[in-house]
Amino acid sequence: MTLDSDSSLTAAASTPNCASAATCETLVELKNVSFGYTKARQILSGISLVVPRGKLVAVMGGSGCGKTTILRLLCGQHKATSGEVLVGGQSVAAMNHDQMYAHRRKLGMLFQFGALFTDQTVFENVAFPMREHTELPEEIIHDLVLMKLNAVGLRGAAKLKPSELSGGMARRVALARTIALDPQIALYDEPFAGLDPISLSVVGQLIRRLNDALGMTSILVTHDIAESLKIVDYIYFVSEGKVVAHGDVATIKASTDPFVRQFVDGQPDGPVGFHYPAKALAEDFA
Amino acid sequence: MNRKAIDLWVGIFVAIGLAALLFLALKVGNLLTFNEDRKGYELEARFDNVGALKPRAQVKTAGVVVGRVESVRLDKKTYEAIVRLHLFPEYQFSRDTIATVNTSGLLGDQFIGLEAGGDTVMLKDEDFIKKTQSAVQIEKLISQFMFNKAQEAPAPSVTPAPTAAPTPTIGAKP
Amino acid sequence: MNGILRVLTDLGGSVTGGIARLGFAARFLMAVLRLSGTTFARPQLLLREIYQAGVLSLIIILMSGLFIGMVLALQGYETLVRFGATESMGMLVALSLVRELGPVVAGLLFASRAGSAMTAEIGLMKTTEQLAAMEVMAVDPIARVVAPRFWGGVISLPLLAALFSTLGIYGGYLVGVRLIGIDSGAYWGQMAAAVDWRHDILNGVIKSVVFAVAISLIAVFEGYDATPTAEGVSAATTRTVVTSALAILALDFVLTVLMFRGGGG
Repeated sequence: MTLDSDSSLTAAASTPNCASAATCETLVELKNVSFGYTKARQILSGISLVVPRGKLVAVMGGSGCGKTTILRLLCGQHKATSGEVLVGGQSVAAMNHDQMYAHRRKLGMLFQFGALFTDQTVFENVAFPMREHTELPEEIIHDLVLMKLNAVGLRGAAKLKPSELSGGMARRVALARTIALDPQIALYDEPFAGLDPISLSVVGQLIRRLNDALGMTSILVTHDIAESLKIVDYIYFVSEGKVVAHGDVATIKASTDPFVRQFVDGQPDGPVGFHYPAKALAEDFA
Repeated sequence: MNRKAIDLWVGIFVAIGLAALLFLALKVGNLLTFNEDRKGYELEARFDNVGALKPRAQVKTAGVVVGRVESVRLDKKTYEAIVRLHLFPEYQFSRDTIATVNTSGLLGDQFIGLEAGGDTVMLKDEDFIKKTQSAVQIEKLISQFMFNKAQEAPAPSVTPAPTAAPTPTIGAKP
Repeated sequence: MNGILRVLTDLGGSVTGGIARLGFAARFLMAVLRLSGTTFARPQLLLREIYQAGVLSLIIILMSGLFIGMVLALQGYETLVRFGATESMGMLVALSLVRELGPVVAGLLFASRAGSAMTAEIGLMKTTEQLAAMEVMAVDPIARVVAPRFWGGVISLPLLAALFSTLGIYGGYLVGVRLIGIDSGAYWGQMAAAVDWRHDILNGVIKSVVFAVAISLIAVFEGYDATPTAEGVSAATTRTVVTSALAILALDFVLTVLMFRGGGG
């Protein structure tokens, strides 16, 4: 379970934009992407970011800044109003139905609260993608599922129902389901939300370890700065639908950018205001 | 709940559900007699007036159901009602059978009564029953009765207004 | 003046909203039918839903059928005895059940027992992102979750309605023959003479199939369309029961007019 995070971090502290570097190619790219459910309220306004193959990248920002929307754009649940979302050089918005389903089979997504199927056991949850997408015989599925569960340390919980699991265990089962078909790209939506410190660091280490062991590329959407700094290769800070800062872990730790400092140090007020936009105080209390 | 138990319960459920359908069709509905129905033969009869006779009404001989009314339609030339009868195959009727439109009870459903005759030649499929007797119309009976009553009444007697007389005796006369 | 305008605008808005929703439901039905292949290719999915919708509704349906048949016999006796026609009890009970009460009451019970459960289950799956998770796993939730439930309902209700009528007729027999003392032969004989299998039984079955399609569609649609919050799911569940009840009664009227008009019987 221990992982030498320092060595992996130094190895990953390469340039952010890998286009020039021969060692890594860009797998996921957002080019000036905007999105809004309505014209009036833009959630993303001209965001650009790059994720090199094999890396674990965190997208950070306060609640409601559009982080989850980025993941939804990547798996084609929403379409960008402008700009391009490219995965492996292919535009997600331009895919037809079959291409979209082929694309999604290469993805694994961990939802915010796990989204386990509550009517199925832990075993069946992990077996679900295999049963849906492969013709594997039942014995092989059985072995594969137990291997995946073993990887997250929950082989013994195979017969339990999701309602019988703790939050941390449920998250790990969801993680096992996410990697059930060995996806190329793993997307994590707030994997740390609502976990106690131990479960949190277990899940964090698992994400890092699985990324390297399975050769995946991972995008981690979170607001947990402390845990992210321990495990990721590169960080993007998003605020009000834009990237406001980015850099590898060392850069972020040393950054003097007021936004990054506010986020890393957890200050209540700063570039991200404490108050929701309102009239002047005197006006409201008049 | 494991798979085997679900399979078993669903099996039981579907089996008793189908059994219920079968029970309704065979015991409650008359699916078996219906099949016999199909095997029977058809006759037609002309009536001046069929009253309130409806399709699917019974055809009876001596009170026993021997068939059903298939359809009632109007002959456009003669303005007679043509009633198509469907008779069960085991009952044969002679050529001089009389068909009448009857009412079961005073207010009951109307049905066709068949009165067998003495002819040795039997009616075949698609034959016509020649002798018929139309529905008895209660209104006509009443007005006839009142008319007779009014005529019988001696002239000097204190005006038995047509409306006053009939009601008490209506059951007695016919 | 403004008030009237607003009322008219609101009225217009709710009418167009309702029509849009109806159109959406129709397209949803098309999608469900188009994606039903999985359901029948994998009978295990369908069996589970027949269990949920049918087997788990058995007790309430059987008990209600029995009691309604018994009440019918008692009330029928009260009326028939005045005309000296108590031997028609079998006909009265059987016709009431197979033509109307069986399909309608079984449908109403089914909507509140199984329909609401379907809506709540699908709505909750939506709320907890289980449907979104499926979609991202490249599994269409309409094919995997909605269609099996829809077909489970469509298959279960006609069987439940037949069981309801059968138990009702037996309940009528218990009260009419065993309790009141009508002749057993008259009870069954009058029934068999008056009930036509095509005209009464088959039409009753057709009714229950139509209700089954309506209720199942309403239930899965409301669940799939629910606002993904706790209040949204509870509101959707209520809507399923209310809409299903209205749909059953309205469809029953239309079907009765079509089936029994001028048929005589």
